[in-house]
Amino acid sequence: MEATDILVDWSRAQFALTALYHWLFVPLTLGLTFIVAIMESIYVKTGDIWWKKTTKFWMSLLAINFAIGLATGIIMEFEFGTNWSNYSWIVGDIFGAPLAIEGLMAFFMESTFFAVMFFGWDKVSKKFHLLSTWLVAIGSNLSALWILIANGWMQHPVGMKFNPDTARNEMVSFAEVFFNPNGVSKFLHTVSSGYVLASLFVMGISAWYLLKKKDILFAKRSIIVSASFGLIASLFLIVSGDESAYNVAQTQPMKLAAMEGLYKGKSDAGIVVVGVLNPKKDISNDEDPFLFELEIPSALSFLAYHSTDSYVAGINDMIYGNKEHGIISTKEKMRQGSLAVNALRTYKDAKKQNDSLKAKEALEVFEKYQKYMGYGYLDKASDAIPSVAISFYSFHTMVALGSWFTLLFILALYFTIKDKIASNKIILRMMLFTIPLGYIAQESGWIVAEVGRQPWAIQDMLPVGMATSNIASSSVMITFWLFAILFTGLLIAEIKIMLTQIKLGVEGGH
Amino acid sequence: MTKTITIIKSVLSFYIEGFKNMKLGKSLWLLIAIKLFILFVIMKWLFFPNYLKENFINDNQRSEYILQQLTKE
Repeated sequence: MEATDILVDWSRAQFALTALYHWLFVPLTLGLTFIVAIMESIYVKTGDIWWKKTTKFWMSLLAINFAIGLATGIIMEFEFGTNWSNYSWIVGDIFGAPLAIEGLMAFFMESTFFAVMFFGWDKVSKKFHLLSTWLVAIGSNLSALWILIANGWMQHPVGMKFNPDTARNEMVSFAEVFFNPNGVSKFLHTVSSGYVLASLFVMGISAWYLLKKKDILFAKRSIIVSASFGLIASLFLIVSGDESAYNVAQTQPMKLAAMEGLYKGKSDAGIVVVGVLNPKKDISNDEDPFLFELEIPSALSFLAYHSTDSYVAGINDMIYGNKEHGIISTKEKMRQGSLAVNALRTYKDAKKQNDSLKAKEALEVFEKYQKYMGYGYLDKASDAIPSVAISFYSFHTMVALGSWFTLLFILALYFTIKDKIASNKIILRMMLFTIPLGYIAQESGWIVAEVGRQPWAIQDMLPVGMATSNIASSSVMITFWLFAILFTGLLIAEIKIMLTQIKLGVEGGH
Repeated sequence: MTKTITIIKSVLSFYIEGFKNMKLGKSLWLLIAIKLFILFVIMKWLFFPNYLKENFINDNQRSEYILQQLTKE
């Protein structure tokens, strides 16, 4: 393995580690803020003191999660500057606006109203307190909006122009960046998944209280709110998931093919419900991609293009090309990408020599082939394929768990409304043990999104290998382990403090 | 002016009393302080210099370097 490959792999691993750990904290905040806002609304409406106690209890767990998760995302910004300086420079102008807005909004909305939410009980009016709680919920979700718009841009770069003099992408349309379908669907899918996780969390802990026969009224009320909120969020998650898959099909067809283990494209393509990939399969052989699979006929065509007989491109189509369906081969894209890179070099040299005619000609060539510039950095066509196994299994894990959560919300609601939940230990245990599954589904979703788009840091424009800084891999290795220790410590602290708080119960100190 | 001072005083006392009355919050704030110290003082300062800011004086040099990286043979 070459030194640059080691550096890229460690930089990748470090970013994956920090992003995955960061995402252990964020989705709970996104959803729990809304759940406490709903509970407090019921308290303000009914004046029932038990709803106030219920709200304050879940607010205390929200505070723990918020405090521990706070600033874990900032590490990724450190990494951008140190490990990913090429990437940071190239995207700088695009990321600057959304991230600056995110910072300001998070600071003013969340921080200000967070203080009122925690310190303001009995100091401000009930209605103003409620307004603050809702604004914390809306503010924290809007913070996520800007980050996800930035992520959506990396997956489908729009609304910008590459400046060959500064090597930076410059925003030409904020609206295009903001309304990027990839970013919008990503935001909706991600925040609604956070609502599902928070609902599972509240439901699972409430189930524990019922199993322990403690704080029964509080637990039942919490289950009613969380299961209702979770069910609505789950149904919305299906709609936003469909929209996400549709966008992936249009803008990242290779990712979709990897998610479904689809090598040979076809019309009426089915979705694999359950399947085991054949480890011997790759693009160079004719092995069956699956050792076993069970699929829903035509569902993938429908998911990808909203029509059952549509042709869904497979990995082979995108690598070798498919004239019948107008798909360019990766080799051709690599050729065009190399022409773009060469033209950029010529342009740069011509500018240095003050040869404006040569520079103009080079720029025309660059602009002609710029669309596939990133392919010019690939060594071989197969480099354009993400890990099929990771994409496939993480996608199917996410979908299977999402389906289970929907069913569990229905069961929880049914038994609670029938007033049989407290005696149904099987359902209660399932609710409790589903909490970690919620986190697995969250992480699986991000693994699909990020592993599935490899090798690209910016889709078709900049491969990960070109995005890293020229630094020693040993320093990335050291900080990888430092982060691993720090984050694991934070996670242990979170679980420990939360367990203590949960054991104290509703009447415990907040 | 007096009104502004009164508002500032009441906002300050809102925060001071809020912090004083915290039970769980005190340990959380301590945790936040330790974490921020580790992140911003130790990690950022020792391990995460901004590569382009540290190695180049101005944006022209940075652009030149990135273009070189993008077009190297």
